[in-house]
Amino acid sequence: MTTTISAQIPTPANSYEAGKPVMTDLNGQTLLCLRTLAEENPASLETYIKLGGYSALKRIVSEKTKATDIITQVKTSGLRGRGGAGFPTGLKWSFMPRYFDGVKYLVCNSDEGEPGTFKDRDIIRYNPHQLIEGMAIAAYTLGARVGYNYIHGEIWQDYEIFEAALHEAKAAGYLGENLFGTNFCFDLYAVHGYGAYICGEETALIESIEGKKGQPRFKPPFPASYGVFGKPTNVNNTESYASIPWIMQHGGEAFAALGVPNSGGTKLFSVSGHVGKPGNYEVKMGTPFTELLEMAGGVWKGRKLKAVIPGGPSTPVMPASAIMGATMDYEGLSKARSSLGAGSMIVMDETTCMVKALHRLSYFFYEESCGQCTPCREGTGWVYRVITRIVNGKGKMEDLDLLTDVSNNISGRTICALGEAAATPVLSFIKHFRPEFEYYIQHGKSMVESQIDAVVDGKAEPK
Amino acid sequence: MLNIEIDGKALEVEHGSTIIDAADKAGIPIPRFCYHPKLSVAANCRMCLVQVEKFNKPLPACATPVADGMKIFTRSKSAIEAQKSVMEFLLINHPLDCPICDQGGECDLQDIAVAYGTSGSRYTEEKRVVFNKNIGPLVSTDMTRCIQCTRCVRFLKEVGGMMELGMVGRGEHAEITAYVDKSVNSELSGNIIDLCPVGALTSKPFRYSARSWELTRRPSIAPHDGLGSHIEVHVKDNKVMRVLPREKESINECWLSDRDRFSYEGLNSPDRLKVPMIKHNGAWVETDWKTALEFAAGQIKDITNEHGSEALGVLVSPNSTMEEGYLAKKLADGLGCGNVDYRLRQTDFRLDGKRQGTPWMGINIHEIEELDRILVIGSNLRNEHPLLAQRFRKAVANGAELSVISPLDNDPLMDIAHKVIVRPNDMVNVLGQILKAMSGLQRLSLCLPASLNQLLEEIKVRPNTQAIAESMAGHGKDYDLVAPKVGIFLGNMALSDPRFTEMYSMAEAIGGISGAKGGILPAAANSTGMHMMGVMPSSTGMHARAMLEVPRKAYLIVNIEPELDCQHAALAKVAMAKAECVVALTAFKSQALENADVLLPIAPFTETSGTFMSMEGRVQSFTAVAKPLAECRPAWKVLRVLANTLGLQGFDYETSEQVKEAIFSGEKPSAVVWRSLNNNLKELVEIQVNIKHDGLQRIGEVPQYESDPIVRRSPPLQKTKYNIKPMARMCASQLEVLGLVEGDNVLVKQDKGSAVLTVKLDNHVAKGCVRVAAAHEDTIGLGDLMGDITVEKLSVEQLQAHTKASMEARA
Amino acid sequence: MLSQQAIEKIDYELTKYPADQRIAAVMSALRIVQTERGWLSKESITDVSQYLRIPEIAALEVAGFYNMYDLSPVGQYKITVCTNISCMLRDSDEIVDHLKAKLGVGFNEVTADGKFCLKEGECMGACGGAPLMTVNNHTMHEFLTTEKVDAILEELK
Repeated sequence: MTTTISAQIPTPANSYEAGKPVMTDLNGQTLLCLRTLAEENPASLETYIKLGGYSALKRIVSEKTKATDIITQVKTSGLRGRGGAGFPTGLKWSFMPRYFDGVKYLVCNSDEGEPGTFKDRDIIRYNPHQLIEGMAIAAYTLGARVGYNYIHGEIWQDYEIFEAALHEAKAAGYLGENLFGTNFCFDLYAVHGYGAYICGEETALIESIEGKKGQPRFKPPFPASYGVFGKPTNVNNTESYASIPWIMQHGGEAFAALGVPNSGGTKLFSVSGHVGKPGNYEVKMGTPFTELLEMAGGVWKGRKLKAVIPGGPSTPVMPASAIMGATMDYEGLSKARSSLGAGSMIVMDETTCMVKALHRLSYFFYEESCGQCTPCREGTGWVYRVITRIVNGKGKMEDLDLLTDVSNNISGRTICALGEAAATPVLSFIKHFRPEFEYYIQHGKSMVESQIDAVVDGKAEPK
Repeated sequence: MLNIEIDGKALEVEHGSTIIDAADKAGIPIPRFCYHPKLSVAANCRMCLVQVEKFNKPLPACATPVADGMKIFTRSKSAIEAQKSVMEFLLINHPLDCPICDQGGECDLQDIAVAYGTSGSRYTEEKRVVFNKNIGPLVSTDMTRCIQCTRCVRFLKEVGGMMELGMVGRGEHAEITAYVDKSVNSELSGNIIDLCPVGALTSKPFRYSARSWELTRRPSIAPHDGLGSHIEVHVKDNKVMRVLPREKESINECWLSDRDRFSYEGLNSPDRLKVPMIKHNGAWVETDWKTALEFAAGQIKDITNEHGSEALGVLVSPNSTMEEGYLAKKLADGLGCGNVDYRLRQTDFRLDGKRQGTPWMGINIHEIEELDRILVIGSNLRNEHPLLAQRFRKAVANGAELSVISPLDNDPLMDIAHKVIVRPNDMVNVLGQILKAMSGLQRLSLCLPASLNQLLEEIKVRPNTQAIAESMAGHGKDYDLVAPKVGIFLGNMALSDPRFTEMYSMAEAIGGISGAKGGILPAAANSTGMHMMGVMPSSTGMHARAMLEVPRKAYLIVNIEPELDCQHAALAKVAMAKAECVVALTAFKSQALENADVLLPIAPFTETSGTFMSMEGRVQSFTAVAKPLAECRPAWKVLRVLANTLGLQGFDYETSEQVKEAIFSGEKPSAVVWRSLNNNLKELVEIQVNIKHDGLQRIGEVPQYESDPIVRRSPPLQKTKYNIKPMARMCASQLEVLGLVEGDNVLVKQDKGSAVLTVKLDNHVAKGCVRVAAAHEDTIGLGDLMGDITVEKLSVEQLQAHTKASMEARA
Repeated sequence: MLSQQAIEKIDYELTKYPADQRIAAVMSALRIVQTERGWLSKESITDVSQYLRIPEIAALEVAGFYNMYDLSPVGQYKITVCTNISCMLRDSDEIVDHLKAKLGVGFNEVTADGKFCLKEGECMGACGGAPLMTVNNHTMHEFLTTEKVDAILEELK
């Protein structure tokens, strides 16, 4: 079953061995979503086509491949939503109503705003055509007539790169009316955010496309039945769509085989913070954390690892001891009591004051709460103010229980997941680094900074 | 039906219900702030979180549809925990100073906090402060109290039809506000006061004047438009303090127009007439009731004795009660006088005697929202029937196609499928075109009577009228309706037009072909009732217009200010001036009653009992909510005693109920109404469809806050943006034809009267028309509401001369 | 009144949406007008809402929600420095302090000559290049050092 499509993949017109997946090795990475990265002009249509780009789309559309067959391939691939929730993409696709009298929409979520997450940006600026092809295949499969790629407003230059790629693709006949001489039509547009983290939430993003404030909608109804302009809509993350062409070229099994059970394929990891070479690293699912850390140049300045937030601040922080043995995949991190999220590794060395780190994160959630529902609107401000008070040396010991309690009261009681996201850092930071918080409250100053000061003053030995 | 369980109670509920619907029906209380059954679901306050079996998170009852077998717990540990935590969050930034809040005592937050709050607060950080906004003369804001439930935002957008408030900013900084320095101008704006669950939006006129527990609440009926909204009048120390809606789903739902809500301020006006007054040698003298009544009766008797009973004219306001209208009519009958009328703003009476019954709206109010196709003829809906307009809005939101034929292109705040904006005279031809097009549509293989067909022969159907005809016939963009529910309605501008007969006849014919329901939208609270009781001239009597055209020696006027309430202000003024005696039953002293000879102080609707009959024929009685002010007396009593004083027989009524009994001859009112309401004509009236008419036509609209003596005296309503001095409003192309620009001063003339007005560009006015508001002292020199008018530009010198002349005239 | 160029740009954005959904273009329209005029005044928001035929308050809601729109003047160059966790870990505070000292303004303040405004930004989705900042929303500068900041400021002067 899995070979029905991959068997039809023509031999790429390049030097790669027939039947062998087209991928490039770059410093130990397994480049799939970023497969153009080693090329001279990675973002150009020419480059992408040279590497076999758009062949899957052309084949599928010309041969009128059955939508159910495509969905089966995607299910087989084990591809899970790369935006953070990890929902199986093939399953999501099967939720779209097949028969609908009117326009169905396809939406790509490129609104990366979760601190530490910047992987979609590289797909957009280095390999936009793979994303376009992935979306076109999805549109064909789901019967969507119109698509939108919603791009984070702050990466404006990359938005423009994507708009240029769209025009290129349209001129070359990969987008627009009656593609490849069939009756398949697909218009894809770039739209932008303009500074609102919450729009990364799919229903807020839909509201934003519609020209409204990015306030999440209550679900149900889900976008598959009531999405953009009230029409059935499929929303996936950039990396998810970008994985599709490869899956359709080489088959779902080949993709699944790249990863580990329940985590198929490769994954882009955004590594930021205290590492030697921050950046994106596309590796196979299941890669040990230590390998990824090494690829990113290890902890900078020869310092020791203190903690890692593995999937963006909405995933629980992990002390070094917990992450060192973990593998980078859904189950690996869940076993280590955290979560893969969007694969956004924020690495913190021994000099990091966890109280101040949490202070900044709590400000972020306070600042980015949309204000629509009570627990998040009121609770994020409360949490931020209490932590501010602690940082200002006016903390009380009972504040720690209050913070935990308030965070628990936000979590699970809001319209969207920002409530949980805002609560997670508070709960996990206090859980793993409670003594640091207690020290701060007792002494009115940071434990870590006091130790550093002591070293500088020559009163103590560095640890 | 689905079987569910709430708190262990087994319930059977409809498919598509939400948990909160099901709980409300079963009487199981769930706390809520943002949810309102008439508004879209926001699910933002989270107060209604409940526990649902198999879900690990509490779910909002307002937004969660029930599923078969669902087990819901509203008072379980997890539900209560969630509700209490939400209450804590709501209170951290809410001022805890209920004693100084105007909402105190009737505040949802206060009430629910008693059940779900704690005695102290764990929040010790700084509280949020939000600056107040000035959103107009009706609604006061105290935005620090706002809990961001967005009911007000949703109401204005969804029910009011225009997004006037928004939540600007995000997170904790999000504030409810109007656009920069704009006010909320919806004619339904007061409803956001009721909707606000906290003290953020309160009534500006009522602010800090009473505590809710000091008020006595009494039911009544709104006395202005024909809707017959149910109201609750709040009284303190015999003074009306405020008016709120009383829920009546089939009429006003839970809403009230601003006119019905804030007009009560006019009741407390310093203009109120407190004692009877008689004019002696040109000066007003206070007197007692006996003297006044004897004087009035003596005058009437002398004049009718000398000149015959037809020397008397009786004019009754359509805002008066049925009892008052009935007794006025009976009094005239008793004197042998046939000159009685309530149709003060009508000019075309050709249909008198041709009707099969009492004209009405032809449909039940709540059925409007079920219509598929609607044709509105000559009505500025939002101005004439502010709350009824909302039903039309709902119909359109439900997919109805609305077509409009009018000289005014005002935005009804709903989508209009087709419209023809033309001079009033041409509306007849447009209706003829629609009729012709409809008879030609194959689906309607109906023939018109030969006489009508002949009339239509010369008419040319244009594409826009063809489109209306097709719409009325059920043709649609996507699909055709085989048996569309059609409604056709004629509004105030049609009712006041000299060619009303043509418009009505055409509308009736179109209605006949399309199987439409509908009729007229009577302007006032008791227009339908007055018509049913026959408060109209006898076969030899004079109608309202004729009584003014051929002045009477004496007038008995009930509850009117002649120059402001009559079709032809100038005629009314002259007629009153010329009369030997004018007996005025009025609640107010008035410049417009300067020509009266006796003023008899009557009780407004709040101080008397009585009955109104609404546009849908609903007979609704009410009792006094306060004692009459000073020497004021209910008008029905005054009329009775006046009749007694006149020596007339049969005026022995002890109560208004006895009068009502007489009106309905002891029958059940609804039975009488059922027999009486009928919009059909007995025969086709001789009409002409193809009359050309050159020259400018006046659109003499009565602004909604000038519609009757009470409204005209309500300061908050007068402060709204709807209270604009009359101007000569014309569209750009008309201004060009006349060589005028906005701001010019012009002399507008009708008949012998004139007014000096400022020119205003108003592209909502059809070409060939000048929109000059009526019911205003600036335009009392003018004539017909819907008649010929001329406009001359005034030079600066001419303007000065006019100003001087009018100053002198006033002095 | 919108400029001809702004109208052309907004019209292009309108092609992305169904004809009865003009409001959808409000995000771009506000961006286009802000780019042209520097910030969004009440008049600018009114212009946009009139062109799109939407209530002014609906346009204001959007302008007030997304923090890259400026509802007050921001000088010729608005410098937005991200201070979120990944940037903070790579010493964005130092960059902020440097900018504050160099420009003599705090966050949300405009220099006396009307040239620069300093803003604190939230995550820009480019944390690999931390610390970073944007100039007038649309130009991003990554891997900042105080020297690099000086060079950028020099170029803008």
